[in-house]
Amino acid sequence: MTIHHHPSDELLLDYASGALGEAWSLAVATHLSLCPGCRSTIDHLEAIGAGLLDAADPAPLSDKTFELIMDRLENESEDLTDSAPPAPAVPVHPSANGLPQPLRRYAENDRGEIPWQRLGLGASQCLLTTSEDGVTARLLRIPAGRPVPEHTHGGLELTLVLSGAFSDSVGRYGAGDFQEADENLEHQPHAESGADCICLAVTDAPLRFKSLAARIVQPFLGI
Amino acid sequence: MTGEPKEQQASAGKAMDALLRAVSAKKDKDAFQELYRYYVPRLKSFMLGQGTSSQMAEEVVQETMIKVWRKAALFDPAKASASTWIFTIGRNLRIDMLRKAFRPEPDYSDPTFTPDPVPLASETVSMEQQGKRLMTAVAELPEAQKEILTLAFFQEKTHGQIADELGVPLGTVKSRVRLALKKLRSEFGENE
Ligand SMILES: [Zn+2]
Repeated sequence: MTIHHHPSDELLLDYASGALGEAWSLAVATHLSLCPGCRSTIDHLEAIGAGLLDAADPAPLSDKTFELIMDRLENESEDLTDSAPPAPAVPVHPSANGLPQPLRRYAENDRGEIPWQRLGLGASQCLLTTSEDGVTARLLRIPAGRPVPEHTHGGLELTLVLSGAFSDSVGRYGAGDFQEADENLEHQPHAESGADCICLAVTDAPLRFKSLAARIVQPFLGI
Repeated sequence: MTGEPKEQQASAGKAMDALLRAVSAKKDKDAFQELYRYYVPRLKSFMLGQGTSSQMAEEVVQETMIKVWRKAALFDPAKASASTWIFTIGRNLRIDMLRKAFRPEPDYSDPTFTPDPVPLASETVSMEQQGKRLMTAVAELPEAQKEILTLAFFQEKTHGQIADELGVPLGTVKSRVRLALKKLRSEFGENE
């Protein structure tokens, strides 16, 4: 997989520092599982965090802290120590839907299926549950050759292509590519012909569609 | 800052790698005690960053050190320095215990995971050396860049929140983050 579009340095910083919420982090982490280059940037950012930790003013401690820790370690049974990476409980099979982790555990049900809901015009979505309020993560499936209705964003929208490809005024996005769009971007993504485009989309405000017809159906579609 | 010279800090970082390897290889309690003396007061500052109470910060630091002890066998000095490894454990516990949130992470055991390219022998610099160079490089960053990185890592602020807090345009924060990373990447011997 050749990836041409990556998350910005500042979004990777938000993920590395831990400041980024769960839904946004899901998009970044899923890209990371596909992109060694961005994983290397995360390694650098974590090393920066460690450099700041090394340079931090040591805070005064209450007297008992060390004894408390050593007591707990003395009483610790050996089997609580991890000596090897935890073996997966069940053999890991690739997702039948081609979804990478950590996305898979959000999007697939017990039978390993994605519970798609129809949006009309051949498009489908699957809403993902996260603990983050006010932010929506969903899988979108746009039929090959079809447009996503032209829209602008009230806030930020992250899109990660999982299969197929789409193009918009900015460029072409294929599997693994990552798009960060803000309210300044008005775009009309178009799925490429040949295969349906499946992507993960995370938004913090409802999309605003330009056409009146799309605006009328929007409340019913939940997008 | 503690007033410790940077050189001394860097050599401390180097000693920490050896100590963590001793804990990793033979559950060395004396080595753990030394790690404790160095990291616990620093981790406490890190946990206090968001206005957490002293008691709560110490609880998270305790859990961090317990986890360091339990997971020491998994420490791989070829992948990270002791400080980086301990930082990520502390960060994850802060998200878990203080923010009560879940952090999605890539899963190396997943069949769809794209592995790292095999590095060329000439590219392999020890993490200890890298850590030392990086620490100097972070210390030498312009104040405006260091301020942003500190707000990000210690106060857990996103770049958008940092722009609001400093009252500067988002673009300014973005360009400072990019400049800092560019400088530090060159320390890792990577070309832009
Ligand atoms: Zn990438």
